[in-house]
Amino acid sequence: MEINKKQLLSAVFASMLLVGCASTDSTDTGEADAAAAAAEAAAAEEAARLAAEEAARKAAEEAAANLPRVFYFDFDQATLSSETRAALDGHIAALKDSNAKVRLEGHADERGTREYNMALGERRANAVANYMIVNGVARYRIETVSYGEERPVASGSSESSWSQNRRVELK
Amino acid sequence: MIRAVLIAITLLFSTYSTAQLTIEITQGRDNPTSIAVVPLGWQGSGLPKEDVAGIIEADLQRTGQFAPVARGDMLGSPQDQSEVFFNDWRLLNVQYLLIGKMVPTATGLVAQYQLFDVYAQQMILEGRQLGHPDSLRDIAHAISDSIYEKMTGIRGAFSTKILYVSAVKRGEALYTYRLLKADVDGAREQVLFESDDPILTPSWAPDGERIAYVSFETSRPAIFMQNLRTGERTQLTNFQGLNGAPSWSPDGKQLAMVLSKDGSPDIYVMDVETRNLKRVTRHFAIDTEPSWLPDGKSIIFTSDRGGRPQIYQVTLANGYEERLTFEGDYNARARVIPDGSGIIMVHRETRLDDFHIAKLDIDRGTIEALTETTLDESPSISPNGAILLYATKYREKGILAAVSLDGGVKFRLPSRFGDVREPAWSPFLN
Repeated sequence: MEINKKQLLSAVFASMLLVGCASTDSTDTGEADAAAAAAEAAAAEEAARLAAEEAARKAAEEAAANLPRVFYFDFDQATLSSETRAALDGHIAALKDSNAKVRLEGHADERGTREYNMALGERRANAVANYMIVNGVARYRIETVSYGEERPVASGSSESSWSQNRRVELK
Repeated sequence: MIRAVLIAITLLFSTYSTAQLTIEITQGRDNPTSIAVVPLGWQGSGLPKEDVAGIIEADLQRTGQFAPVARGDMLGSPQDQSEVFFNDWRLLNVQYLLIGKMVPTATGLVAQYQLFDVYAQQMILEGRQLGHPDSLRDIAHAISDSIYEKMTGIRGAFSTKILYVSAVKRGEALYTYRLLKADVDGAREQVLFESDDPILTPSWAPDGERIAYVSFETSRPAIFMQNLRTGERTQLTNFQGLNGAPSWSPDGKQLAMVLSKDGSPDIYVMDVETRNLKRVTRHFAIDTEPSWLPDGKSIIFTSDRGGRPQIYQVTLANGYEERLTFEGDYNARARVIPDGSGIIMVHRETRLDDFHIAKLDIDRGTIEALTETTLDESPSISPNGAILLYATKYREKGILAAVSLDGGVKFRLPSRFGDVREPAWSPFLN
């Protein structure tokens, strides 16, 4: 991101020079002054645009930091809820302005067999990954791994624990 | 270095005076056979390191078919046939009597034992078991094997071993995972591998020397092979996605497994020697938990291609696939009964957490639940086909439990610390 900003600034500087060069051929100094003023205005506009972009990026980053990073699922399901989609849209917006990679860890609750749950955790992680890819995040930036039911966050054997364990964590 | 750590851990564990797993029998048979196991005579130096008769009693009692006579009720402790007075034992309603003694030899010791039918007043079994004063448990289990075979006609499996996984919680979603090996009564456990990352699906090669399992130590699942004699560990797979559910072919040359490197979880077979891979199933649904039929020509597996997890069978030669289960909304992780009469699997009818171990009778097509507990999983059948181990929850803890294949006998093996799961019963080792 830092590099992109510098590149943009030098491009603006180069265009100012070009405008300056063009003015030396002109006999009307008033016209040259006007061109210089226009260039200045354009530069100011560009700087303002950059500042706004930077602010938007920071806002998106901050918003992403506050977005949920854990997404929950129904039993034996890998369907994304509307809450999950909304949260993912925020993460996707933040990811568009960075080169960061993400790791999606899929999990299942304790019910059913361990290896089937391993596959179920993968299906959930892939559901999140596919949503991100379809919405513009490059596939190579996403790593998925399933832990099945091996890493529960809640230990009891009731729906209140199970619903917390059926999840994908974005890391 | 890793091996040094493992040895240190093993030593640490071996200093525990009692096994990590203990045994609580919850259901036996009506009218079990009464047997008196007289403490064996000891002619070695010092005191014996183990109560051999006590281990035999516990072995027989766990089958649910035998009721050992309390030691305090015994009217004598004969060590030779000449010291046996059948009337004494008949008074106690004892049907069978085991006596014996352990005699030092140049290389260790020999246990000589005799089994009597009290009512017929006849010796029905006489045996000798060579061993060593430091491995009296081996002698005890070998004697149990021969008694059991004599009385039931079924080969005893008391000398076999089990693998299982324990998880001890250290923090939120933080655990220490251990792969352990123990006697079938839970004694003499050894840590084979320890990790901060999950370990699952231990599987014995038919030679009883090599095992395979899944470890997440590389931050992703991978299948490892470990030689129990040499301690050598080999990483067999490192594919994108799932690397799981290893299952040895009956000839010990191939491993069936699940990989999702080509998109969705499918069954593959790897030649262990050449590492060549052959894809067996090709379906966008989940295909997992392969297990070989005894002839090595077919594999059964779990698939949710019909919407819910059910058991399917694939013939390796032609890829022909067939659905085996139609009853219940969840049938998974099937294992074939050694005599081929049916399969054992995790089964759920409809309700929330009612996952039981069930038997599918292949000929009749019927499914019979063998357990009444909930959240039952990971069935592993003993090599003689008499009993199976599985994992369940008891008082909010993961424990191992056992049930006979006819459902008549049940016992629990709770862990003294942490959760235990994923039992894998070894093949016959002798």
